[in-house]
Amino acid sequence: MLTHNQLRQGTKVEIDDVPWIIVDAQFVKPGKGQAFTKIRIKNLIDGRVIDRTYKSSETVAKADIIDQEMQYLYSDGEFWHFMDPATYEQFALTASQVKEVTDWLIEQANYQVTLWKGKPISVVPPPFVIMTITHCEPGVKGDTVSGATKPATLQSGAIVKVPLFVNEGERIRVDTRTGAYVERAKG
Amino acid sequence: MTSLFSHFPVDRADWRPSADLATLAARAELLARVRVFFRDRGVMEVETPLLSPGTAPEPNLEPIACCGGRHLVTSPERHMKRLLAAGSGPIYQVAKAFREDEAGRRHNPEFTLLEWYRPGWSMTALMGEVADLVRMAVEWSGPPRESTWSGVFRRLLGVDPLADSIAELERAAREAGVGLPAGLDREGICDLLLSEVIEPALGTEGGALFLTGFPASRAAMAEIDPGPPPVARRFELYVGGMELANGYQEEGDARCLAERFQAVNDAREQTGRRRLPTDPRFLAAMEAGLPPCAGVALGLDRLLMLRLGRPDLREVLAFPWDQA
Repeated sequence: MLTHNQLRQGTKVEIDDVPWIIVDAQFVKPGKGQAFTKIRIKNLIDGRVIDRTYKSSETVAKADIIDQEMQYLYSDGEFWHFMDPATYEQFALTASQVKEVTDWLIEQANYQVTLWKGKPISVVPPPFVIMTITHCEPGVKGDTVSGATKPATLQSGAIVKVPLFVNEGERIRVDTRTGAYVERAKG
Repeated sequence: MTSLFSHFPVDRADWRPSADLATLAARAELLARVRVFFRDRGVMEVETPLLSPGTAPEPNLEPIACCGGRHLVTSPERHMKRLLAAGSGPIYQVAKAFREDEAGRRHNPEFTLLEWYRPGWSMTALMGEVADLVRMAVEWSGPPRESTWSGVFRRLLGVDPLADSIAELERAAREAGVGLPAGLDREGICDLLLSEVIEPALGTEGGALFLTGFPASRAAMAEIDPGPPPVARRFELYVGGMELANGYQEEGDARCLAERFQAVNDAREQTGRRRLPTDPRFLAAMEAGLPPCAGVALGLDRLLMLRLGRPDLREVLAFPWDQA
């Protein structure tokens, strides 16, 4: 159980039988009066955001949440399968659970899967991924300074803007938080 | 395998002060001005212990216990009153005070109080001096206004905090968009409404407001006007929607104070909290005789927030609690 002063931004809590992440926590207390902690929480399953206020004597349950690095295996069209590389245990995620990450899914690569009470609820990609360009217009040799870009389709089907000198078949590093091209991958 | 998700360790990344250096210079300047203010008025600066075996038990203040059963002081009040009883005359102190678990945008468990006492003064006279001091740091227009505690509930929420039913108070909270935790009593509802609705509206639009007439149950060490209804001779100053100072017409009766401490400890015990040690030397000083006086404690960190227009205490402290 968490006491009111342990309710901090980023802490995961279980309220009304649902897991939430605290997105904002505020301590309030009038001069000689009682203390309260107001928290704004985001539902880890459907993304809904609500506010709750707790007395200083109240406790809140810590959510049984584990972020586990897992390898993406494949999709059968209905489920997306991931594997814990330590135990070889497999987990199946639904389309809505993977929708934020499908642009950056590469088989055999590692992702962070969030488990609530041992069941997967969401997945996030690493901050940077290296992906192969499966289609783009031919490169323009020597043009490394103009800043002009062209669309390139990656192996996942995602489309990112790349500089003109980049070619089909090349591997590039992409920032998954912004979807921006970073550089050509070395090696 | 190195994780792709590992981060830079935070306990090394945040070694720098959270206040910028210009703010720390403004803090030094404010302290210098405060000292000149009191020297010019013949008020003597004093220093008193931070670690003491006794406490002044309060219902909603938790002292930090440490070394050999001593506690860090929640304010320099008891020791300054021992000086007053010993005939010190008017005194002030810039003191660190400590309150367990109070950490937020306007609270730091370790903070700086400016506390001073005026023997022979009325609370009203002291309110005037508080206004003079605060005006030195923060500009406001017009004379400070005054309102009673129940008056602001009526004006801003349309309820009488003492006479209306709990259900009516709950309805007012709902209408004001304040979510109440379950099972909150009358005092708790009033505390939350004060923090959430009333405080943000007080002393805004460039003015300042003294709140007076607090319920007797929140008198702490202030005199109680028997009424009816009984009210504490206590004031709080609000500027820019923030509580800045808390002052009393001081209660000096040793037996009355001992009874209040006893009642607080009984209530603490009933709610599962430990009894706090009282302070025999403080009570002996009260028996010897506290001169009639008014006293006030003002949050210097908050005054600096107001002076510089900073919304978060972190921005005016070199190293706040989680970076200490």
